[in-house]
Amino acid sequence: MSNTSLTISPGLPAASPAPSRVLARKALRHRGFMVGFLILLFVGLTALFAPLIAPYDPYKQDLLARLAPPVFLGGDWKHLLGTDALGRDYLSRLIYGARVSLLIGFTAALISAVIGTTLGVLGGYFGGKVDAVVMFIVSVRLALPATLVALAVVALFGGSLTVVVSVLGLLLWDRFAVVLRSATMQVRQMDYIAAAEVLGASLPRILFKDVLPNVMNQLIVIVTLEMAHAIILEAALSFLGLGVQPPTPSWGLMISEGKEMLLFESWLITIPGIALFILVFSINMLGDGIRDVTAPEGRN
Amino acid sequence: MLKFVLTKIGMAALVALTVSFISFILLFMAGDPAIAIAGEGASGEVIAAIRSQYGFDRPLLVQYVDWLMRALSGDFGMSYYFKAPVSGMIAERLPVTMTIGFLGMSFALLLAIPMGVLAAAFPNTLIDRLALGIAVVGQAIPSFWFGLILIVVFSVNLGWVPASGTRQWTGYVLPMIVLGYYATPAIMRLTRAGMLEVLSADYIRTARAKGIKPRRVLFKHALRNAIIPVVSLAAVQLGFMFGGSVVVETIFALHGAGYLAWESISRNDLPTMQALILIFAMFYIAFTFLADVLNAWLDPRLRTV
Repeated sequence: MSNTSLTISPGLPAASPAPSRVLARKALRHRGFMVGFLILLFVGLTALFAPLIAPYDPYKQDLLARLAPPVFLGGDWKHLLGTDALGRDYLSRLIYGARVSLLIGFTAALISAVIGTTLGVLGGYFGGKVDAVVMFIVSVRLALPATLVALAVVALFGGSLTVVVSVLGLLLWDRFAVVLRSATMQVRQMDYIAAAEVLGASLPRILFKDVLPNVMNQLIVIVTLEMAHAIILEAALSFLGLGVQPPTPSWGLMISEGKEMLLFESWLITIPGIALFILVFSINMLGDGIRDVTAPEGRN
Repeated sequence: MLKFVLTKIGMAALVALTVSFISFILLFMAGDPAIAIAGEGASGEVIAAIRSQYGFDRPLLVQYVDWLMRALSGDFGMSYYFKAPVSGMIAERLPVTMTIGFLGMSFALLLAIPMGVLAAAFPNTLIDRLALGIAVVGQAIPSFWFGLILIVVFSVNLGWVPASGTRQWTGYVLPMIVLGYYATPAIMRLTRAGMLEVLSADYIRTARAKGIKPRRVLFKHALRNAIIPVVSLAAVQLGFMFGGSVVVETIFALHGAGYLAWESISRNDLPTMQALILIFAMFYIAFTFLADVLNAWLDPRLRTV
C-alpha cells in the first residue's frame, strides 16, 4: 500500500489541498449533511441557551391559563405554542425538552460506543476464538428484547435520568460491535499493521494509533445513528411512563401527557412529536452525510 | 448442510441458555422479590415467611436451575399480581401479538420490496426519490407518535377504523401499518442496494441481450439473488417487532403479550416479566435460525460454518 502511494506521489499536483480542507469542501456541497448539521446546530444551541430563550419557567403552573391553544390555532401571543393541562408554557417545555433528548441521546451513544467499539475492535483484530466470543455476546444482546428489558430495568431501579441513560447505553452497542468488527478486519489486512507489528509496537499502541484512527469514520456514523435510536427509545420509555419522570420536560412525556386530550387538543401531541421527528431526522441526515463525505473517492 | 444446521442449532441453544440466565438474574438484582409479593409495609415476619415459602432463601444458582427446569416444561410459575399461571396468560395473549407481527411484516415486505426493486431499476428518478423519502421519514418517525397521529386522523376524524381493541378485524389495520412502517426503511434500502449490485452483473446483461422482457429480468432473474440478504434482515426485524409490540399494543389497547408485558412491568410482576423476556428472545432466536437455514438452502456458498 505505502509503496504504491510513494511511486505515484511525484505525479500528483504539487499543491494538493490538505485532507481536512477536501472533507470540508465535500461536506459543504452535500445537501443532506448541511441540512442535518444546521438543524442539529439549531436544536443544540436552543438546548444550550434554554434559560435565555425560554419565555417562561417550564415548571411554573398557571391553572388559570390551562390548555391555551397555540397562536396558529387562534391563541394569543402570550403563549406562542399554548399551554398544557397544568397551564405550563408549551414552548418553554419544548425548549427544555431538547436538553433532555440531546443529553440522553448523546450520553447513551457514548456509553454504547465504548462498549461496542471495544468488543468489535478486539473481535476484528484477533479473530479466531476472541472473535467467536464477541459474536456470541452480540447474538445474546440481539436476542434480548431491548424495549422490554429497558422498561423492566427502569421499573425496577426507578426512572432517574442516570438509570435511563445507563440502560440505553448498555443496550444499544450491538451495531458498534458489528460494524467496527468488520471495519477492523479490513484494516487488519493492511501493510501498516504488519509493519507496526514487525517494528515491535505494543498492542495498545497498534489498536489506538493504527486501528482506531482508521475505523473512526465508521464509528462516527454509528454514533449518530445510535444517538437517534436512543432519543426515540427514551421518548418511547417516557411515553409509557417508565422513562424520565414528571415534571421533567421530556418530549416523550409531553406526548404521553397530551394523549389524555387526544380527541380535543391534538396539538398537544403534534408539537412535541414533530420536534422529535425533526431532531431524529437531522441526526440521521448528518450521519448519512458523514458516511458519504468520508467515503473513499469513487464510492457512493 | 446437516453439519451446518446442527452447528446453528447448538449456537442457538447456547444463546438461549445465556439469555435465560440474564433474564433471570437481571430481575433478581433489582430488589427482594419477597417484598414485591408481600407488598409495601409488610412486617418482617411476613416477608421471611414468603421468602422461605417461595424458596428465595436458596442460593441464586439453585433457584435459576429450578426455574429453568420448570420453564422448559412450560411452567413459569404464578403471577404475583394476576394470581394466575403465567404460561396460561401468555398463551392466551400471544395470538394477538403474533397476528400483528406477521401482518406488520407482510405490510413491510409488500411495500418495501417492490419499492426497493423499482428504485434500483430507475435510479435517480421520481420513484427512487419517493422510496428514499419513505425510508427517511420511516427512520425518523417515533412509532408511538405515528400510531397516535393515525388514531387522530383515521379513527377520530374520519371514523374509518376503531381506535382500539380487536373485536372487528379493522382494529388490526392501524397497528399493522405502524409496525410495518417501522420495518420498511431497512428492508427497502437493502433491497435497493442488493438490486443495484445484481443488475450490474454479467448474467443480467446476458438475459437482457437474449431479449427477455425487462419485467421478467427484474423480478425473476435479479430479485431472486438480491433477496437473499433481505431474508435475514426480515427475520431480525420480525424478532424486533415482537419485542417492540409492547409500544404498539399499549397505544391501540390490544390485549396481546406486549400489553401483558407492560402491565406486569408496571406492577413489578417478576415471573411474568421473566417469562415474557425469555419468550420474546426465543422468538428472535428461532426466526434468525430459520433465516440462516433458509439462506443456506437458497445459496450453498453460505453453508460454511
